[in-house]
Amino acid sequence: MNCTDFLAKLTDYFDGQIDPALLAEVKAHLGTCHHCEVVVDTTRKTIDVYRGAESYEFPEELSNRLRAAVMERCRASGKLRDIAVKSSCEPTGK
Amino acid sequence: MAVQTSPIADEPLEPVEETVVTEPQAEIHPDVALVERAKAGDTAAFEQLVRQYERQIFRTAQHITQNREDAEDITQDVFFKAFQKLDQFQGNSKFSTWLVRIAVNESLMRLRKRKTSKTVSMDQDVETDEGSIPRDFAEWRPNPEQNYSQSELAEILRKTIAGLPPGFRTVFTLRDIENLSTEETAAALGLSVPAVKSRLLRARLQLRERLSRYFRQNKEASK
Ligand SMILES: [Zn+2]
Repeated sequence: MNCTDFLAKLTDYFDGQIDPALLAEVKAHLGTCHHCEVVVDTTRKTIDVYRGAESYEFPEELSNRLRAAVMERCRASGKLRDIAVKSSCEPTGK
Repeated sequence: MAVQTSPIADEPLEPVEETVVTEPQAEIHPDVALVERAKAGDTAAFEQLVRQYERQIFRTAQHITQNREDAEDITQDVFFKAFQKLDQFQGNSKFSTWLVRIAVNESLMRLRKRKTSKTVSMDQDVETDEGSIPRDFAEWRPNPEQNYSQSELAEILRKTIAGLPPGFRTVFTLRDIENLSTEETAAALGLSVPAVKSRLLRARLQLRERLSRYFRQNKEASK
């Protein structure tokens, strides 16, 4: 396996969708090729840094404004009604 | 056909164990009850769903369109459309995935309307192999989070992803940021699974290459 072959398998390798025989080859290549090892490590960090960062601010003010606008439009469509019993309504869903 | 759960990119060293699920899990997602109530016209239930997913929908729209005003409009439109089409939601996918699919459609429509110089067709920007071949083999030390403040990091990440062709950016956003599975991403974009994989690979490699300019270990400092 050379570096080009390795790169072609990178996505499957990251996603854990790779058959054992091929995985052994991939690991063997990684053991001998520092460049590909760095590519794996820095690609992983690329994904992690995007996942971990809140790249776009979503302030409370915006959240409230958007939600109010949405609810307004939905109400105007005439299909919503306020249910009298609201006891089961928790502030968060988690 | 069993839908695969979202593959996680965290554990590449061992193959993911094949958990063969013979029957769909009977576990009911809390959203199902909220959706049922919303279908019946319950304002509070629908508002709760908006509250839960507005941030994710906004983020997805902004990643794809790269425009804050568009993202605001799209977020509103997505929830309003979802509300109107609530009866069509059959619960075959997660409610959040269903919303993301609507958001992707709306975002791509905006991009097409805007007709920027870059092509926005999901099929056209595939041929660019430029930047997908790794050239920078410097290690990233220390980790980016240790070298930059949150706001500096956010700025770098925004600038970098904005430079990707929309088709790559969208696949990366759905798959790696919003954690959709390859199959879900393919369905949301009307692409084949191999096409998603190929774009994802190139998107990841291009981002890696561009980020390396910021995050690479400084040779002078380390010697
Ligand atoms: Zn190699």
